[in-house]
Parts: sequence; C-alpha cells; structure tokens
Amino acid sequence: MAVHMKLHRVTRRYDGITALSEVDLEVKNGEVLTIIGPNGAGKTTLLRILALLDEPSSGEISYRGQRVDRSSVQEYRKRITMVFQRPVLFNDTVFENIAYGLRLRGLEGEEVAQRVNDALSSVMLDGFGSRPAKKLSGGEQQRVVLARALALEPELLLLDEPTANLDPTNAHIVERIIKNLRGRTTVVVATHNIFQARRLSDRVGCLLNGKIIDIDRPRNIFIKPKNEIIRKFARGEFF
Amino acid sequence: MSEQLLDIVLRSLWISGTALLLSLLWSLPLALILGLRRFRGRNTIISFFNAMLGVPTVALGLFLYLLFSRRGALGAFSLLYTPTAIMIGQAILITPILISLLTSAIEAVDPRIRDLARTLGASERQASLTILREARKGSILAGVSAFNRAIAELGIALMLGGNIEGLTRVMTTQIALGVNRGEIILSLEATLVLLAIVFTLTLIANRFRGD
Ligand SMILES: Nc1ncnc2c1ncn2[C@@H]1O[C@H](COP(=O)(O)OP(=O)(O)O)[C@@H](O)[C@H]1O
Ligand SMILES: [Mg+2]
Repeated sequence: MAVHMKLHRVTRRYDGITALSEVDLEVKNGEVLTIIGPNGAGKTTLLRILALLDEPSSGEISYRGQRVDRSSVQEYRKRITMVFQRPVLFNDTVFENIAYGLRLRGLEGEEVAQRVNDALSSVMLDGFGSRPAKKLSGGEQQRVVLARALALEPELLLLDEPTANLDPTNAHIVERIIKNLRGRTTVVVATHNIFQARRLSDRVGCLLNGKIIDIDRPRNIFIKPKNEIIRKFARGEFF
Repeated sequence: MSEQLLDIVLRSLWISGTALLLSLLWSLPLALILGLRRFRGRNTIISFFNAMLGVPTVALGLFLYLLFSRRGALGAFSLLYTPTAIMIGQAILITPILISLLTSAIEAVDPRIRDLARTLGASERQASLTILREARKGSILAGVSAFNRAIAELGIALMLGGNIEGLTRVMTTQIALGVNRGEIILSLEATLVLLAIVFTLTLIANRFRGD
C-alpha cells in the first residue's frame, strides 16, 4: 500500500515535557490505523500533528510524498480533518455545523443540503438538521461531529478517542461507520480501548511515553507479540 | 407625537447611531486583537479601558470643547456646535464600553473553536471571523450597551452641541434645558421616549444573551 502520510523523527515538546519523541510513522493509504496507549502517552499530540493543527518542535512531515512546509500547510490541511475527543460545536443548528466546512470549499445551496442530509443519514440522525447542536445529548453530539467530518469526504480522517464518552449503543454506531470507511478513506483512531483496536484495525501502533514502541497487524500485537514488553502492553498492563 | 418631538427623537437616534458605527471602526479591530491574541502589555491596555469606563461625560466634553473651539488644535474644522461634534464625542465616550464588552465576548468563546475551524478547512483569518461569529450574542449586547450610553448622555451633547434647535437639540438636552424655557410637557415626552428606547433595546439584547 502506498504511503499516505509520513512522519520522520518528529518530536513535540511542551515547555519541559516531551510529548512525542523522534516518532517515525508511515500511515498507509486507505488503512484503519489505531494508536493505542495509556493516558498521557501522546496520542492526542500525535493526531494534532497529523492533522497539521500543531507543528512539530523538530522533524519532517510529508503528505503523499510531498514535504509539508509552512507555505503548503493550509492546502494540505483541507484534505484532512480531525474529530476531537470531546465534541466541539458551533453555537448554531446541526445543519449549519455540518455545512460550515462545505461552504469553505465553495459548495452552495442544494449541493450543501444534499451533503449535509447524507452525512446525517450515515450517523442515523435524519431530520436533526434544524436542531440547535448544543442542545443535543452527548452521544448525538458525538455523531454530529462525526457527520460533520464525513461530509467533507476527507482523504485522511483522524479520530481522537471517538467512543470514550459514549454508551455502548452509540459506540457501536460509531465503530460501524469507521469500518465502512476502510479502503476508501485513510483513518487514524487514537484509543485507550484495546478491544476496540483489535476489532477495528488494519494495523495497531503502540504509543508509550511519546514513542511508538511497535506497529503491526493486530495479530502480531495481540496474539503473537514480538517481545515481552509488547505482550504486557497489549494486555493493558501499562494503562 | 408632535413634529417638534419627532424631530428631536430622530436626531438623537441618528447622532448616537452614527457615533456607534464610528466607534466600531476602531473599537472592533482593537477588541479582536485584544480578544484573540496574547502579547505583552495586553493586560495594561485592557485595564486602561476598564478604568476609562467611569470617565464623566462632562470631563470628556470639556476636553473636546477645548480641542474643537476656535483657538483649539482642531479649531480650523469649525466642528463646535455641530452634530458631527456630538457624534465624535459620543464615539470616544463609548469606546471603552465597546472594547471591554467586545473583548470579553470574544474571550468567552471556547478556545477549541479556532482549531475546529482550522481542521474544517478555515484559514487563520476565516477562523478569527468564525470566533467573532460565535461571540455574536455578547457583541450585540456590547453594541446595545454602548448605544444606550451614547443616547442617554448629556455632557457631550450639551458642551459640543449647544442644544441648537433644529440642528443639535437631542432628547437629553431638551430634557435638561427645556424646563427653564417652560417646555415641561415636551421635556417629559422626550424623557418617556428616551426611557422607552433604552428599555426596549436592553430587553431585546438580554433576549439574545439568554440562550
Ligand atoms: N498544550 C499542552 N501544553 C502542555 N503540555 C501538554 C499539552 N498537550 C499535551 N501535553 C502533555 O503532553 C503529554 C501527552 O499528552 P497527550 O498527547 O494529550 O496524551 P494522550 O492523548 O495520549 O492522553 C502529556 O504529558 C500532556 O500533559
Ligand atoms: Mg488524548
């Protein structure tokens, strides 16, 4: 599989704390890659860097083989979208929340309405368009923000703990949507849920203290780990 | 409503409305910078405008009077006793209100909104506009508070306008000076209209703040 996005020796420091340490990562085209690791491992930081929302302190990023730099970052950012761990919504209707990014891409009128309605259908929220987004339940909000990301048809979708705050029913809906994207959209999911990683992933990356200590197919992480550390990690002993 | 009263009311609305727009010309960009950026001296600037909130209108009136009078630095423009003079005076008067309230409205927006806008494809500039849009309810409240302060003040209208009938007479100067001329009814009517305008706008603005 072709490489979609590549990090080369990426380090991210927050005054004093090294959140990511010389990370090398190749995200492959169309795969579902999950990043597992305990709280504070650096998952959110890694996703923000992949989303081009945050700049590495050092290291290089390339997108489909092209080096990403200051002058091109805005262009690449339009092809990627990130869904944050806790839903962030504009103080507006569900429709306007989803239409926002579409309008930024120059879409208008019927086309926007069509894409918004399709996106709402895909998260089973048909008819929710006119509701004030912030008045919805937590699970509904999480599905709206997912619909908002899906409506953009991004090349790369980044999901930060997409089911961490959801009840089992909503979590199931979200997982099914992720599975449906496999092969068409590149998806990177950060999670501290090992079972979810096993269910969803083409590959699993194990992140610990800002380093990717292993990245492989689920069976090579969970069933035949290459060493004792990965075995313990996959059992959640560092979590 | 008598023609005389209507004339005064419309002039008041026109002068203070223009003062609001004029003040927004500099207050809005400054509030955007103060609300969105973090830089050295920012807190000092915000404290300065908070301190300026309490400046008495007659103090500002006197200062501008000296500036606009024939011998003043801006005497050449013959602004004294014109509607323009009142507009400028009120625009300066409400600058601290606009900046303080607009800045807090922008600051109150969830800081994650900027990253949200960016990840949905917004440029930095578009993201800033989105933040302003999220602050719209607080911004309307800021505009209404500023307008109410302008239309209800007396010192500037009196000292810079001079209460000239048909030219600079506004509701507050009619209320204050009409009594001496025996125009008690007209002054009372002007008071009622002024109160009605201020209360109505405040009620509408608070409606907005509600949800
Ligand atoms: N904005 C920030 N400022 C300072 N430290 C941060 C910031 N974001 C993350 N960190 C630190 O970086 C480390 C990794 O955090 P994060 O990427 O959020 O981990 P995870 O998502 O795996 O829980 C933590 O020690 C965290 O405290
Ligand atoms: Mg996190």
